[in-house]
Amino acid sequence: MRGERKLFGALNFTLPGGELLRIGGANGSGKTSLLRIACGLLEPTRGEVRWGGEDIRRLQEEFRRQLVYIGHADAIKEDLTSAENLQIACTLAGVRTRPAQIGEALRRLGLAGCEHLLARVLSRGQRRRVALARLALSEQVPLWVLDEPFTALDAAAMDYVRGMIAEQVARGASVIYTTHHGTEIAAGTAQRIELGSGPAA
Amino acid sequence: MTAALRCVIVRDLLLAARRSSDVLTVLLFFVIVVSLFPLGVGPEPALLRTIAPGVIWVAALLASMLALQRMFASDHADGTLEQMLLGATPLGITVAAKVFAHWVTSGLPLVLISPVLALQFDFPQELLGVLALSLALGTPVLSLIGAIGAALTLGLRGGGALLSLLVLSLYVPVLIIGAGASEAAASGLGGHAQLLLLGALLVFAWAFAPWATAVALRISVE
Repeated sequence: MRGERKLFGALNFTLPGGELLRIGGANGSGKTSLLRIACGLLEPTRGEVRWGGEDIRRLQEEFRRQLVYIGHADAIKEDLTSAENLQIACTLAGVRTRPAQIGEALRRLGLAGCEHLLARVLSRGQRRRVALARLALSEQVPLWVLDEPFTALDAAAMDYVRGMIAEQVARGASVIYTTHHGTEIAAGTAQRIELGSGPAA
Repeated sequence: MTAALRCVIVRDLLLAARRSSDVLTVLLFFVIVVSLFPLGVGPEPALLRTIAPGVIWVAALLASMLALQRMFASDHADGTLEQMLLGATPLGITVAAKVFAHWVTSGLPLVLISPVLALQFDFPQELLGVLALSLALGTPVLSLIGAIGAALTLGLRGGGALLSLLVLSLYVPVLIIGAGASEAAASGLGGHAQLLLLGALLVFAWAFAPWATAVALRISVE
């Protein structure tokens, strides 16, 4: 429920480790709301979200430590450099990093040479890359929740991020993502949910 | 946990340093408001001495109001706040770090400059210490109470006006006790009682305000 409007109901799914879940649907069908409910930013009107069998409201930080959420907004501060932005994002999430790892993660996302540029001079796509560089440092985290990860990315970066997601799934982690790009990720087991199209697939 | 605490404080101070105009605006506002009073009421030393603590305190209140709106606004706009909500650290701790950094950039400069401004009012030099100390104890309380208001009005249309209404009324006890400290000291009673009360308010606010703010933030971000 968002305001008075019912977005979706009777949605029930389980995501085992090593599986990929893609949430599709038209604009406004509630993809972002579903992701926000899944990570606990939004309280579901009815029902609950469980992690390892326990309600996430009870687990609190214990659940949040096992989660990476990359939202619509990049959470990038314009007055900080790419490296500082990434470093801070990791520290907040409880991931310990060394400066060398930060540089390496940015290089892998094609941002070599931009480490010490203020984010205000970066393009929209480059900022998205800085936000996604967090994934390269979150291999230990068992749940990735990505809201439209491919927005503003060019083809090369999109391929790279797809590769990262596939590797993470292969490592036995779970990944939930939304997209309206027709991009498929080649990963072992994949589930799909289409919102706004009757009962969940 | 301490890593996240330090990280948030350093980050906010760094941001304030790179955007120093925000800090200077608040400080200049404080200086100008306080300086307007001697011009307005006229150069009567006895009168100026009497009104000095009250004027400085009211100006500090207004200046801290001015700074409040930006406490969470930019983090809310760019999504950093969501990341803080999902962080591995309890949100209350993150909020406490943010409020501390906010006080360092908006409250501390007022405390440091207040003795200089008080001289314009021919304020007795031996009481400058009491005045500065009362502000040093009182302004963090203002930031802590203000944080709750800022979190509650986050993302609202016309949030600024609502924030003033909400927070200024809660500032009243701090104003009375804070300005009272210097007045009591000037009248020879000694301002110890007021300073101790301010200290108690500060401890109480540090213990509760960050958690109340955290709850308010969760509601606002939904």
